[in-house]
Amino acid sequence: MHEYPITEQIVKISSEKAKENNARRITRITLVVGEYSGFIGESIQMYFDIISKGTLCEGAVLEIENIKAKWRCPNCNINYSRRPLSFACPECGQDGEPTSIGKEFYVKNIEVET
Amino acid sequence: MKQEVKSVAGKEIEVVQNIFDENDRIALETKETLENLGVYVVNIMGAPGAGKTSSIISMIRNLRGEKVYVIEGDIESDIDTVKLKELGIDTIQINTKGACHLDAPIIQNSLQELTIDKPGILFIENIGNLVCPAEFQIGEHIKMLICSAAEGSDKPYKYPLAFEKADVILLTKCDLKEFVDFDDEFFLKGIRGLNKSVPVFEVNAKNGQGFQQVATWLKNRIS
Repeated sequence: MHEYPITEQIVKISSEKAKENNARRITRITLVVGEYSGFIGESIQMYFDIISKGTLCEGAVLEIENIKAKWRCPNCNINYSRRPLSFACPECGQDGEPTSIGKEFYVKNIEVET
Repeated sequence: MKQEVKSVAGKEIEVVQNIFDENDRIALETKETLENLGVYVVNIMGAPGAGKTSSIISMIRNLRGEKVYVIEGDIESDIDTVKLKELGIDTIQINTKGACHLDAPIIQNSLQELTIDKPGILFIENIGNLVCPAEFQIGEHIKMLICSAAEGSDKPYKYPLAFEKADVILLTKCDLKEFVDFDDEFFLKGIRGLNKSVPVFEVNAKNGQGFQQVATWLKNRIS
């Protein structure tokens, strides 16, 4: 259920953009999905095939760019991926802070036929 | 027979539009509407059985003088709504029939059923789930995370987004800590790795422990 309404949004956003550009159909949609966005590319694909039927998105390929979540260490001034059960910086061992990297969830671009 | 495929050069169009945009726009509308009515909205998130409804009831008991409204989100049933109505609390029920979280359109629609005649606090009890509710704004001023000692002290590490997004955390059933080997230090270290400043209250709905402090904190936020 989780990805269903979100996939509707993806179809809506992409179709509107295609219409603005007088496109006949969309051949590819590129999504950027952060690790902590809470959404899974494969599930979106499953709903996409159903929801896109009869829209400009029908038959389009969904291309997903996954982004790993990053923490930031204010002491060492570096970004890093956390290890399981820890938020510690790999350099100094102190806990860093979460960043917005890995929370992305947007339609990056579409490829259309006009 | 070989079929000739006519290739059409595709044209790439930049979009860069956040998929949550529409949800967030509706959430903001809801928040503004309620703000104009003097209503402060608390989005209550937590796993099934964490003690969300019991915490709401205990907070209400300690919020004397404040008008309180509740929206109960559940996949099915109205058990919690019946319980709250029996206590004289204005409550409406949402059944999502399988959906794992509340979103902004659901709340906007359900508000039509709620009569708001006085300023006060609206508690929205999200679906019992430590994952998806954290991703959707629903029109809240703050997110309150309810986490029970029985769930274990590793939860911040396993469900980081909920802890990162929380504006206040209630550690419920704190009388069970000693029986489940709850590791306070590990729990708090996990929270601080995600959320440096979030207040954490230890509470127990069985005897009301800690809820006076939560109510005072809430009142200070409102005034």
